Amino acid sequence: MSLHQFLARRLVLMIPLLIGISLVAFIISNAIPADPTAANLGERAAADPKIVAAFREKWGLDEPLHVQYLTYLSNLLKGDMGTSIRSRRPVSEELGRFLPATIELATFGILVSLVAGVIFGVISAVWRNRPIDFIVRILSLIGVSAPVFWLALIGLILLYLRWDLVPGPGRLDPKLRPPPGVTGLYTVDSLLAGDWRTLRNALEHLILPSLVLGAYSAGLITRITRSSMLEVLSMEYMTTARSKGLREWTVITRHGLRNALMPVVTIIGLSYGNLLSGAVLTETIFAWEGIGRYAYNAARTLDFPVLMGVSMLIAIIFVLMNLIVDILYYWLDPRLRQA
Amino acid sequence: MKPGNSRWRIIRRRARQNPLMVVGLLVCLAWVLISLGADHLAPADPLRQSVMERLQAPSAKYPFGTDQLGRDVLSRVLYGGRTSLPAGLLVIVSATFVGTLFGALAGYVGGLWDELLMRFTEIFMAFPIIILAMAIAAALGPSVNNAVIAMSIVWWPNYARVVRSLVISVKSNEYVTSARAIGASPARILFVTVLPNCLAPALVMATLDIGNAILIFAGLSFLGLGPEPSSPEWGRMVSDGIDHYDQWWLSTFPGIAIFTVVMALNFVGDGLRDLADPRTRKAVR
Repeated sequence: MSLHQFLARRLVLMIPLLIGISLVAFIISNAIPADPTAANLGERAAADPKIVAAFREKWGLDEPLHVQYLTYLSNLLKGDMGTSIRSRRPVSEELGRFLPATIELATFGILVSLVAGVIFGVISAVWRNRPIDFIVRILSLIGVSAPVFWLALIGLILLYLRWDLVPGPGRLDPKLRPPPGVTGLYTVDSLLAGDWRTLRNALEHLILPSLVLGAYSAGLITRITRSSMLEVLSMEYMTTARSKGLREWTVITRHGLRNALMPVVTIIGLSYGNLLSGAVLTETIFAWEGIGRYAYNAARTLDFPVLMGVSMLIAIIFVLMNLIVDILYYWLDPRLRQA
Repeated sequence: MKPGNSRWRIIRRRARQNPLMVVGLLVCLAWVLISLGADHLAPADPLRQSVMERLQAPSAKYPFGTDQLGRDVLSRVLYGGRTSLPAGLLVIVSATFVGTLFGALAGYVGGLWDELLMRFTEIFMAFPIIILAMAIAAALGPSVNNAVIAMSIVWWPNYARVVRSLVISVKSNEYVTSARAIGASPARILFVTVLPNCLAPALVMATLDIGNAILIFAGLSFLGLGPEPSSPEWGRMVSDGIDHYDQWWLSTFPGIAIFTVVMALNFVGDGLRDLADPRTRKAVR
């Protein structure tokens, strides 16, 4: 199968999945007894049947459900995700404003977890049952066991308040102005503008949140890399590679790690979804203006268009990530090309 | 040699091979006992406020300090397990139950049902657990029950997929064919012949997952979507620390409680997985 055929097949399979995702998002935000009227109108306004009726008509809440869904779906195709009940602004516009912050945070998070996870996992497998292996295994277990919101608070208390090693919450120091918005990613934008001070500050602000956010995935990736490496290390082709007289380092990285990476690639796709979830908690604590915080505020006011928008967006990112993972598979495993 | 003796020897040998699992089991047991006996162990009433003694640092009188309303943090931590432990367990039990039911049916019947269920679970798995749970919990209203319901709704598809693939692989065994040959009904074959052989891997997965469920539950409750504000619950207590950075004890101790429970559960889950899978058992040794 050529890459084009492979991609086309995957893309076609995505369509029913995306429709399903929109349907589930819609059903969940409608099939539950909560009433957005009460949450968004004041108590006095909610007691007045006229205001309530006008509110329901304005937001299409008086239409039958399937009509509401079809309207939602056709608007969605036009890129219209509805209007936030709370802020009265288009959801897609607000998502566009908040998404870059989350992407920036999650990307740094996955970088942290990938680098730490693969290095620790290889070390742990190569020096199996030595003290270093034991330490790494304990560390990885700490990573997958510690609540992310707790790590965030402890991190702030120790690294920010006590030792002043990292800056406090937020994406930039209050005295700095965000760089001119091109991508919305402060690091990239300040780099484009050649503004080194802002770049440095943005990076400093990313350290603690991305460490905290990446901790869980780092633990997970370490564990997967270790067990996958152990399996590969016992293979006969490793002995062959050594007997050819290759240096141990080459044997481990070229022959070992490359073959051990398949399960790691799978877990990255899943981890990114995990990171976006973790972002809700991390962003709340670090006052990070991303979609996690946006979703949290929406959940508290039952702002369903926003909740649907965020869920849809994250689900789509998740599906796309898995598409990328499939492409990576295709690239890593020559057998797939013949299948 | 008496048979009882040799069984103990096997257990002792396994325990020596996997000390972390033993530690995990002991820590879990300790937390269960603490939660059950909180009435006798806690030095104070976890709800009693004493505004005169608010935000006091750990001392002999209050080993874990006091919170913003002057409540004893130690007592609240000891009571905290009463909410988090059953909540995590309940989510996994209900997710396992529903997931097994649908997964087993899909795997056994196959065809259209299987196809439908797989597409359905794929949709669910694309959503991040916490955001979906957040939406559901927010809409149902914040409470322990609703957080558990929300999480179960999001959690079961995982199990459906795992049980389905287990059923499909067990189904092709010869003993299933012979059960069919002696005229057993499909229901009997599924529930008596096939399912029991799928249970071990599903249970290992469930054990490894209880810790995760406790983490997510604590997260929801940290966001205010779980138990009511005053109740002694670990996630909720950590969130008290947000407004009081200087009073590190507010968030540190309940966090350690969550952390030790989840870590212990991971030890046990890892141990069970190694026991269930002889291949990794060898690798670990």
